[in-house]
Amino acid sequence: MTEQKPTVHELNARRMLCPLPVIRTQDKIKTLSSGEILRVICTDPGVKADIPTWCRINGHLVLEIEEKHQEIYVTIEVGNQ
Amino acid sequence: MLATRAIQDQGIHVEGINFYTGFCVEGHTHAIRRKDTDKEKRNNALWVAEQLGIKLHIIDVIEEYKEVLINPKHGYGQHLNPCLDCKIFMVNKAQAWAWMEENQFDFIITGEVIGQRPKSQRKATMPIIARESGADDRLLRPLCAKNLPPTLPEREGWVDREKLFKFGGRSRKPQMELAAKFGFTEYSQPAGGCCFLTDQSYSDKLGDLWRTRGSKNYDLDDIMLLKVGRHLRPKPHFKIIVSREEGENNYLSGYKNEYTTVSILSHKGPIALLDGDFSRESSEEDMNLAASIVARFSQGRDEKEVKVLIRQKDGVERELMVTPLPQSSVDPDWYV
Repeated sequence: MTEQKPTVHELNARRMLCPLPVIRTQDKIKTLSSGEILRVICTDPGVKADIPTWCRINGHLVLEIEEKHQEIYVTIEVGNQ
Repeated sequence: MLATRAIQDQGIHVEGINFYTGFCVEGHTHAIRRKDTDKEKRNNALWVAEQLGIKLHIIDVIEEYKEVLINPKHGYGQHLNPCLDCKIFMVNKAQAWAWMEENQFDFIITGEVIGQRPKSQRKATMPIIARESGADDRLLRPLCAKNLPPTLPEREGWVDREKLFKFGGRSRKPQMELAAKFGFTEYSQPAGGCCFLTDQSYSDKLGDLWRTRGSKNYDLDDIMLLKVGRHLRPKPHFKIIVSREEGENNYLSGYKNEYTTVSILSHKGPIALLDGDFSRESSEEDMNLAASIVARFSQGRDEKEVKVLIRQKDGVERELMVTPLPQSSVDPDWYV
């Protein structure tokens, strides 16, 4: 039996400056369930510190932060809430 | 940070609320300006929450805050800072959140200290904030509680009043001593402004925006752009926002579909946004003046002519040859 892949959601936070990408991430995650994946696409380098901090204090897990073409992709696994 | 730790030390569960008005001095300017790339880009509220081991809820109040800023019942401070109305608004929002069924908190704490701020943190204003926010005696200020009548959490014994503090006045020395006692070695700069509205230069630009529009309204892009670049108003009906370095170039380029932009083709130089009315008879002359001002800030400033690109927000582009305006012709009053 194959393991069911978690649902991957995407959030566009391009051109937003911190803390707006964190606020949008927070608000989106409220609508998701534990184990689901959220990929946030940002342009403000501040998110590299702020989203992981927000995730740590709220019990979510940052799986990956990837930068390409001046964009930052933050992949988060939603924790229990 | 101190108020939270003082309450946590009494075994009480605390969570933080941080309101984003659009005027908060956080990572914005660091994120925009290249010269600040070495500075750590962190949100101080998040950092503090992690140090304290508490959850933090960041709430976007950009839209609702407009009414506070545009029509402050208690007026402005030294600049366009409506500090007292702002406090009332935030405590009101905090209590609305805290009393919600899914949250069910019993009371609110703030780090206010009597006499620390000339407008919002005076003995006379403390009861106004409690009353007009609706929080009443469920609003506790642990750092100066002993200078104020006991609140509900103290009277009910949820909090031990004897373990609270009696700080007052502008000196931060007692707070620094308490921080040392708690083992905090890093904290926000005491008395450092956390709001652009307390900054004279920023308030001047916002006042100019309101005057020239004939209305006190604004949107998020308006107030973000006031944080970026040099703002010059050579004529009452238009303003130029000129970038100061590469980071601001990149940031302003993001607005090319909302504003006419001017950039320098023949030399290294800034990008500028033109904000105003260019539909008048004088628009060609205005555009030339704007281009020559922007050229003034390029590396071609001492050349006879530089080539500039004018791009309208609909994407239509044209090139112009202009003479950079000499320094002596840049009227200091143009700077907003």
